[in-house]
This record gives sequence, structure tokens and C-alpha cells, in this order.
Amino acid sequence: MFIEKDLKEIESRKKEWESKVTSLIEKYPERKDRFETTSGIEIKRIYTPIDIQNMSYLQDLGFPGEFPFTRGVQPTMYRGRLWTMRQYSGFGTAEETNKRYRYLLEQGQTGLSIAFDLPTQMGYDSDHSMSLGEVGRVGVAIDSLRDMEILFDQIPLDKVSTSMTINATASILLSMYIVLGEKQGVKKEQLSGTIQNDILKEYVARGTYIFPLKPSMRLVVDAIEYCSHHLPRWNSISISGYHMREAGCNAIQEVAFTLANGIAYVEACLERGMDVDAFARRLSFFFACHNDFFEEIAKFRAARRLWARIMKERFDAKRPESMRLRFHTQTAGSTLTAQQPENNIVRVTLQALAAVLGGTQSLHTNSMDEALALPSEKAVRVALRTQQILAYESNVGETIDPLAGSYYVENLTSKIEEEALKYIEKIDKMGGMMKAIEKGYVQQEIADAAYRYQMEIEEQKRIIVGVNRFKVEEPVEVEILKVDPEIEKKQIERLNEIRSRRDAGKVKDALERLKDAAGSEENLIPYLIEAVREYATIGEICDVLRDVFGEYRELTVV
Amino acid sequence: MKKGKNIRVLIAKPGLDGHDRGAKVLARACRDAGMEVIYTGIRQSPEQIVETALQEDVDVIGLSILSGAHMSIIPRILELLNESGIGDIPVIVGGIIPPDDVEELKRRGVKAIFGPGSSVNEIVEFIKSIT
Repeated sequence: MFIEKDLKEIESRKKEWESKVTSLIEKYPERKDRFETTSGIEIKRIYTPIDIQNMSYLQDLGFPGEFPFTRGVQPTMYRGRLWTMRQYSGFGTAEETNKRYRYLLEQGQTGLSIAFDLPTQMGYDSDHSMSLGEVGRVGVAIDSLRDMEILFDQIPLDKVSTSMTINATASILLSMYIVLGEKQGVKKEQLSGTIQNDILKEYVARGTYIFPLKPSMRLVVDAIEYCSHHLPRWNSISISGYHMREAGCNAIQEVAFTLANGIAYVEACLERGMDVDAFARRLSFFFACHNDFFEEIAKFRAARRLWARIMKERFDAKRPESMRLRFHTQTAGSTLTAQQPENNIVRVTLQALAAVLGGTQSLHTNSMDEALALPSEKAVRVALRTQQILAYESNVGETIDPLAGSYYVENLTSKIEEEALKYIEKIDKMGGMMKAIEKGYVQQEIADAAYRYQMEIEEQKRIIVGVNRFKVEEPVEVEILKVDPEIEKKQIERLNEIRSRRDAGKVKDALERLKDAAGSEENLIPYLIEAVREYATIGEICDVLRDVFGEYRELTVV
Repeated sequence: MKKGKNIRVLIAKPGLDGHDRGAKVLARACRDAGMEVIYTGIRQSPEQIVETALQEDVDVIGLSILSGAHMSIIPRILELLNESGIGDIPVIVGGIIPPDDVEELKRRGVKAIFGPGSSVNEIVEFIKSIT
């Protein structure tokens, strides 16, 4: 990118400058012996054109909306349309969550994002013994289609896009959404949204798996295949680094493990006989945005470039849309502190800014009170306003990828791409992500990184304001949202009512047909649609599948 | 403080919550401090946890829970420990537990509760002090 003569001149002048600085440092030492990013990449004192001399503008950056998409996936980015402000929420019963959704839509939110409770995510009905105390806690409780009907009451499915954080039971919730659309008179082609449907990361973080890896992968591919034929506006998977990052891995590992999972899904779809350009454009991604401001921006840019290259070179994709890494971002929950919670507003602002400078397609900003409890309405509003201030007051979205060309950011982008690629090659050598998970490799990498991070905090090598420095002794005064303990009872009552009202014979038949199909190689989505239409419950459906597929047993890695 | 024998710690994840970062970090810190650690993994029922505590003859039980189900699950575990005649094993809890619930759980017999931002070294020292 630079003229050789200039580079030589810069290099020699830099040496002169460094020697002056070295003698200065002897008198006035710098704050640390070694400066590094959260991922352990050494940070130099300054960056110059020398640090990006091997970079080719056209090959490594290009233009927004064009390969390798380093500068963004759309040609106009936020000048055309701002990112989607999508706050993840859901708690208690469908009625209460429906109210919160309608409130958020009135407040200017542009997409819905459903949090489901753990029994829904793990295929237990609300009256199962494992559901004790969990019903409606971390999200809304869904047992049958009836709950979905209430959840979306007065919310037209052709007017909103809905993101569902659901994995092991994703195909069932997708089926419910399709039937719900039918009932509202909305065609499948009009439905717009996302199911997370990323089961691989559940085995290494988060933990909402049900079945062993192989049948789980089959369900994932069933949904991707079905959507590629019938739901052209639906993102059939959101390949997620967020949870692995929250479980403790660093930025490089987040890119590496997420893209390695992506590779595993693409390979599984190809094995099914699908054409790469038929499904790849509906793959979407989900990342965390952590504290290290520039590293996070570089991470997003590196992930985009690396994925584009993988799709083009490894999988021989032809359509540019198949190479675009579109992603949702959530600010990192694990960086929030219970101490002095108002400080979290500042952390979230910085993380959100990094996500926007990194070119995210949608964003969830965490609420300041999330290290204490489920967010209160007021805290959610501040979080949403944070995005709106970035969008409408800061002017950061008015030009595309404004940090391109920064010697530091470009150098870091290349470094992260290089290091992530090394991990991916290592995983390839193990036989791919499924094998790496079975061996416990990814789990061990994450556990090691989490332990290192905590030890740095213990040793004050890493400062967390208000936690290991700048502490105050004061009671925390934030309004805390309480989930009504009666919810479990109410939900079980509704479940019983639905069980007594539906046509038991039809439910039984639908479940029988599902069982037969599960034992064959057929795509299960049409069978799931028939079962949920008859108000078969998630627990009943999963029990049928558990019988055929078996259950996964955790490999405990400490 | 215990002498002659290593402290045996059970670290368990009750309920459906899969957030195991804290549990794993603490398990490792206890191990590095010379304790014998039994880590159950996630999705343990109260019955399974008490059964493990009995079989492994542990000196302390650490429960990690972040899903909000603590008020249903922890009292049930305390009850089962009493019924099994091992109600004297100290129980400590880590996770997101609102202040009112902290008081109530302590009243019911939980020895200590460590919220977000707790230092693992402090938790390790606390375990040493109660065994």
C-alpha cells in the first residue's frame, strides 16, 4: 500500500525515535513491561505503515458489499439503514412477555428477540420434575402452540422480524411459528426472523443440548434444508460465538471456534446433498462484544474476511451472498458488575460503539442490572436509549468502516485472522469440530482461558473498576424485577387445560408418525408442524425423539 | 481447620442452568489449593447431588446456580441432606441471588453466598476456614 522509498524512510526514522524513547523509559518506565490485548496479542507502542506493508487494499479490504467484505456486508451500511435494535427479552408467562414486547415495539425497537425458559430449551414440559423452579425464569415458558398464540397476540408476524434463542428444540419452535403464521394468514414466504439452531456450541458452553451430536446435527440440517425451500427470509441458523466467549474464551478463540462450527454445519448440509449457494446466504452469526475496544472491532472485521475466504476457497461458493458474514452482537454480559451497577451503562456504551464500528447488523445492549437479576423496565430502556444515542446523536454511522486504514486496527485484524486460522487448522486435523468436541478439546481451551482471566483479576493484573479497585462499601440500590412465583402454577394449569381440550387421538397419531420419521432419514420439519398443530407439547415431542435418538451425557472438563 | 486429610469439596450445578464458568473456575482453584474436588457437571437433580455427597464423603458442598431457580432448588437440597443424616455438611452457594433471597437462604442453613465479582481466593480461604 506504500511506496518502498517512503517505507524505508519511515523505518529509519522510527528507529531513531525508538532509541530516544528507550533512554526516556530508563528514567520514566512505562506502566507495564508488556502491553497486550485480551487475547494476548502484544500491543506495540505505536503502529506505522510498516505494520501493514504486506496488506493489499483490494485483496484484503476491498469495498463494502464486496468480497472479502472486510469493510462490511452491505454497500451502504448504516447510511442505507441503521442496524436493527433488538433487545433480548422474555420472562414469566406468555401474557406478560407479550406486554413487554408491545412496550418495546412502541418504544421504537425494530425487531423482537425471544428468551425462552430452560425447560422450553431442553424439551421438558412445565410440570416435569426437572422443571422445578425454572418455569418462566430466564425466559418465557412455552409448552404448546397455545402459549405462542398468546405470546404474539396482536403482533402481526408479517410486520416484525423475530429472533428466537433456541437450539435443541429450535425445529419445534420454528414449526410453531409457521403454524402461528398460518393462523394469522401470513404465508411462510413472508416470515422473517432467526432461530439460533446452533447446537454445537451447546456442548461446549451454555449446555442446552438434549440428544447426542449426530441426531442433533440432523435436526439442525433439517431446519436449514426446510427453510431453504420454504422460508426465503428466514435465517435458519445463527452460529454463535457469544456463549463460548461468555464461558471464558478470548476474541481469537471466539472467531476460531465459531467459524469452525460454521464449517461443520456447511459440511453437514453438503453431505445432505444441498448446493452450497442454496443455503449459505441464510447462515447468520452472533458474537459478543467485550471490553477491549480495538480488538473487538478488529475481531468483527477479521471474522468477516476469514469467513468470506473459507466460503469461496474451501467450499467453492459462487454467489457473493454465500460469502457474507452477517451477524448480531450482544454486549458481553460477563463484563457487567454487581458492584456500582450504574458503571455498567458506560461499559455497555463502549461495547456497543465497538460493535457498530465493527459493522454489526443488529445489536442487543445489556441492561445495567443484569449481574443482579433480570433487567427492570427502566434498565432496559436505558440500554435501548444507549443504542439510539449512538445511532442518532454520535454520527458514527455516517461513513462506512471508519477505522479502516488505521495501522493498529488493520494490523490487529490480520493478526486475529491469522491466529484464528491456526486454530481452525488444528481442529481440521482432529477431524473437525464434532471430533474436537467429543475429545473435550474445545471445552478445555475455554476452561483454561476462563481460569487465566480470573487469576489475572485475583492478581490485579486485570483491573475491574468497582470490583478489584475503586471499591466502595455501599448497598446496591437498583430496582429489581421479580418473577412471580405463582407463574409455575399458572403455566401448569394452562398446560393441563390444553391437554384436556385437544383431540388426543390426533395428537397420538401425529406423534406416531413423527416417531417413524425420526427412525428414517426423512426431514422431520413437516412432521413437527403436524404435531404442534394438534397442540402436542414440547415435552411430548422431545420424549418421542429421546426414545429414538437417546440423550447426550456431558463430558466434564475442569 | 482439617488436618491429616485433604479437604474434599463437592461442586455441583443443580437444575437446568448451564452457566458453568464460575463452577469450573472455582473447582480448579480448589484443586490448585490442594483440595480434592468432585465436580458433578451440569443438570443435577437435588437427589443426585445429595447422593454424590453421601458416596464421596465430602466436607463441603458448593452449589452454583444462575437461572433464578435457587429458592426452589436449594431448600430442597438442604431438606434431603437433613433426611440423609448429613445435614451438618456446610453448604455454600454461588450465583446471582437477590439480597432478600440471600437472607432467607442463610436463615435456612446456607453457610455463605458468593455473588458476581467474588474473589475465588476468598472463597478458597472461606472453605478452609469452615472445614
